Amino acid sequence: LDIKVQVHGQAGQPHVVELTGEIDVYTSPKVKDVITELIDSGHYNLVINLEKVRYIDSTGLGVLIGGLKRVREHGGSVNLVCTNPQIRKIFDITGLVKIFGIFDDEAAASKAMM
Amino acid sequence: VTRTHASQAEYLGTVELRIPAKAEWVAVARLAVSAAANRLAFSFEDIEDIKLALTEACANCCRHDGASSEDAVDITFEVRADALCIKVRDHVRHAQAQESKVPLASQLRDGRTESVGLAVIQALMDTVEHRVDAHVGTELVMIKHVQV
Repeated sequence: LDIKVQVHGQAGQPHVVELTGEIDVYTSPKVKDVITELIDSGHYNLVINLEKVRYIDSTGLGVLIGGLKRVREHGGSVNLVCTNPQIRKIFDITGLVKIFGIFDDEAAASKAMM
Repeated sequence: VTRTHASQAEYLGTVELRIPAKAEWVAVARLAVSAAANRLAFSFEDIEDIKLALTEACANCCRHDGASSEDAVDITFEVRADALCIKVRDHVRHAQAQESKVPLASQLRDGRTESVGLAVIQALMDTVEHRVDAHVGTELVMIKHVQV
């Protein structure tokens, strides 16, 4: 039980953070480290792909919103890719659907930032 | 075992589990509750809700100020034909998380995940009771009924 984090990006495009696995109180520090590293490197527009995430808890949500807070300080944004209704449910419960842009695929999430 | 669920439905058994109050053990509780819930006629969505609710409850136990590497979380699943009753108890002395009227998204932004976790549990489970004794610890009892 772990989380796999992959980052890919092209010049002039938002960087994409692709997460695979479960994001909970144990694995979320790893996600936080990657997002923090990207922001510290000057990447302020991020797409976080949750399509291969089986599970996310409030600790994971805290990491995502913490990242959003930091990029907004630099005029950036975070868009999410998520079609899994079980994952979207927790965004509904916590009201984060109104905070994040949530898209069905990476192309749409990236395009919305351009 | 003290039975907590008042239902008259057939009692199928009780599972007791003790995990260290550490983040890396929460997944063990999640796997165990998934196995217990699969013995009942829950939908896939209901089982996912139960797993998330238990994860939030255990995560809160691990996040308490004052929790040490010696502390444990006691988890009990009481299984009946019509419901799963889950009790999560820690033994960490701490103050109760303050209820807040601030939107959950704002609480998350401020790093207040404990109260958000409780709100998520209340949204996912049918019945939730949360008791904090500053001298003994926290007990959370939550019930999910099988939809007929």
